[in-house]
Amino acid sequence: MSGSAAGPAVVARGLSRRFGEVAAVDDVSLDVTQGEIFGVIGPDGAGKTTLFRMLVTLLLPDGGTARVLGRDVVRDLWDLRTRIGYMPGRFSLYPDLSVGENLAFFAALFGTTVAAEAGTIAPIWRQLEPFVGRRAGALSGGMKQKLALCCALIHRPEILFLDEPTTGVDAVSRREFWDLLGTLRNSGITIVVSTPYMDEAGRCDRVALMQKGKLLVTDQPAEIGRRYPRPLFAVRGPDLLGLLGALRGFPNAASVWPFGESLHYTDAREAVSSEVIVRELQIHLAGVSISGATVEPIAAGIEDAFMWHMAEEKPA
Amino acid sequence: MSAPAIDVRALTRRFGSFTAVNAITFQVEPGEVFGFLGANGAGKTTAMRMLIGLLTPTSGSATVAGHEVTTEAELDRWRIGYMSQRFSLYEDLTVQENITLFGGIYGLSNKQIAERSSELLGQIGLERTRRELVRAIPLGWKQQLAFLVALLHRPAVVFLDEPTGGVDPITRRRFWELIYQAAQAGTTVLVTTHYLDEAEYCHRVSIMVDGAIAALGTPAEVKRDFGAATLDDVFFALTRPGAVR
Repeated sequence: MSGSAAGPAVVARGLSRRFGEVAAVDDVSLDVTQGEIFGVIGPDGAGKTTLFRMLVTLLLPDGGTARVLGRDVVRDLWDLRTRIGYMPGRFSLYPDLSVGENLAFFAALFGTTVAAEAGTIAPIWRQLEPFVGRRAGALSGGMKQKLALCCALIHRPEILFLDEPTTGVDAVSRREFWDLLGTLRNSGITIVVSTPYMDEAGRCDRVALMQKGKLLVTDQPAEIGRRYPRPLFAVRGPDLLGLLGALRGFPNAASVWPFGESLHYTDAREAVSSEVIVRELQIHLAGVSISGATVEPIAAGIEDAFMWHMAEEKPA
Repeated sequence: MSAPAIDVRALTRRFGSFTAVNAITFQVEPGEVFGFLGANGAGKTTAMRMLIGLLTPTSGSATVAGHEVTTEAELDRWRIGYMSQRFSLYEDLTVQENITLFGGIYGLSNKQIAERSSELLGQIGLERTRRELVRAIPLGWKQQLAFLVALLHRPAVVFLDEPTGGVDPITRRRFWELIYQAAQAGTTVLVTTHYLDEAEYCHRVSIMVDGAIAALGTPAEVKRDFGAATLDDVFFALTRPGAVR
């Protein structure tokens, strides 16, 4: 790895791109450190793909600047393209070539061979090898993603951009894919990855939450939870739907949302102790004839934080 | 007790030597929200396609809203609603034009279409966008609109195939509130999802593995049966037996 061993992997300042009326990426600044997994987390339409396409030199920004591995994404694009690996969101390998043929093709494009790069792709190749003769189009969703990752790695890039590699992939395959990313990161490669799944934030070293073209917040996943600005509680009970209505009727409720088997209640007040809020909620619930509910203070997760920031951006 | 809204008996579908769905049996009660879970390739989509009359079973039987899907597929479609995971409205028609089109296809009168349009759009606060092209409205709204269009003809049973994929976390929850409203009004809902927290919102869930149903019950029952803290752990244990976490 030459020329860029020191310094940040990605520096974007005021990066913007419009499509007609729509500001797909709106004044985004971010720094990615070498050797980290940096997650861009947001729903469809947040601008993740547009951001990635600018960072991998496939789309010109109409405002701001970005440097990847110290090279400008507009001026130094030819140099940069040999140093980055990019896995687009849509499956973009050749469905009628076999697994082995796809890999050989991408190796040839970058002037190398599969044999020469065996070490680089070893952790993934072990899982793909049983399917080497199968047409790429006939692979399962999880296996397609692994093949695409292999093809993005074949020229030994210093940084990998993975655009929604786990979208539409089942929960178990997602977990395995993230295990692979951890292995790659440990080998020294920088990974910038986007996902709509909030629960994947915990697998990243740092994350940026993205919505409507803007970054809402950037930090370590645990820190984003710690910075949740209000007291948060998990409320459980036999009738979640009844409980939801009852809690939303409490005058100090800032938000009440279902979270799996419990509801998350955020109090609108900043400086009231948890004990007081728990007691008030229990009195309120008893007053509307809800019995058997439990209330406990909890730490906020990424999804809580995302929803808080969304509501701040545009009051519901 | 009323007849089940969905009654599936030993339903099987083979493609050549491959058994995609292997003798599955389950019932869904009227007004129930039933989560139909499984890994990619486990057979969920094949099973759902048989239940909505798009694919003929190899053997077994399935009754949906009182109609046998193997013999009455045409009739059946008028009693069910279906929302596919690929967005299924016409992007270059307006919100109202989409509603009118699907209402017409389902044989509703102009008066019924007018009444139900106002009611549905009011339900999701979309009256303002009535004359906007569907292409121009945000994804979260499109998904909610697609759901309500699937309910336009008041089907007894509605099938939702990954309705919340890629949707932001607030809209995802609003969507589930719409599902609950529909269920409380008596509509039976069968839904697939990759978000296992959403599986907790279902009255009961089934988990398919290799074409068969490997777990079936309320989320609490399923977790208890597998001694697992979360459905995610159950899912992992079932789909990767022997794997170390």
